[in-house]
Amino acid sequence: MIKSLFLSNILLALVWVFATGTLTQENFLFGFLIAFGILWLITINRTEIKYFSFVPKILWFFLFVLSKIIAANLQTVKESLYKKDDLSPAIIKVPLAAKSDLEITFLANLICLTPGTMVLDVSDDKKAMYVHSLHCEDRDTFIKEIKTEFEQRLLDLMR
Amino acid sequence: MIMLTLGSLFILSTAVAMLRKPDVYLRINITTKTATLGLGLILLSSAIYFWDYSVTTRVIAIILFIFLTAPIGGHMLMRSAYLTKTKKWEGMKVDDLEGQYDPKTKKLYSEKRNTGFAPETTEKD
Repeated sequence: MIKSLFLSNILLALVWVFATGTLTQENFLFGFLIAFGILWLITINRTEIKYFSFVPKILWFFLFVLSKIIAANLQTVKESLYKKDDLSPAIIKVPLAAKSDLEITFLANLICLTPGTMVLDVSDDKKAMYVHSLHCEDRDTFIKEIKTEFEQRLLDLMR
Repeated sequence: MIMLTLGSLFILSTAVAMLRKPDVYLRINITTKTATLGLGLILLSSAIYFWDYSVTTRVIAIILFIFLTAPIGGHMLMRSAYLTKTKKWEGMKVDDLEGQYDPKTKKLYSEKRNTGFAPETTEKD
């Protein structure tokens, strides 16, 4: 369903581009937006079809990742001026809810780009992930944070 | 101009952190992060400077691939550091990975084991 809607969305965007006669990326994006609106209008049961919640969600997710990356970098700048005593590094085992290789890869990439954490290894049976962290006061809150903030969002998108 | 300066400042901070951190794991952890945004900003500033379609698309492709590959590189470096038993700093409080690798086959278990495979800590100085 998602795929066919996406294809018709692109098709409608192309129709828009041909109709207006200017082949630029801005015009294509604008056409894509209009086509998205049209598809949203003509679909009967909108809430049941995932595509319409998927597109805004993925855009939102990109913004979220970008903000996390910027936060990570600002933290690193701060980090580089710290004394040694303020650090409390730890390697923590985080159980995985993600099953397939693709999901785990995305999750690991995401964790690596966010503040203070880095994936060290994934166990061979894909049930747990070992995460190296710069600051870790409490193990349970740390695991919970990763679970709710990243894994939940990612799995929402991918399933 | 501003973006270029900011990007190089981020990379400078990485270099400072690299010198100041006590062990390999912390250094890898920090370098993977700043490299992405630092390089991203520098590339973006070049895209704005040239303001050309072909340059912009290339810049976007490069940024995408950096974001995809930098974490993988960091992860592989860290894993091999742990497997070759690079010494860890004594300030590391929790280490769940201790004794989880099989010393011969390098298989990693998810349930609690005690195989005795762990890097030593550095001495207090």
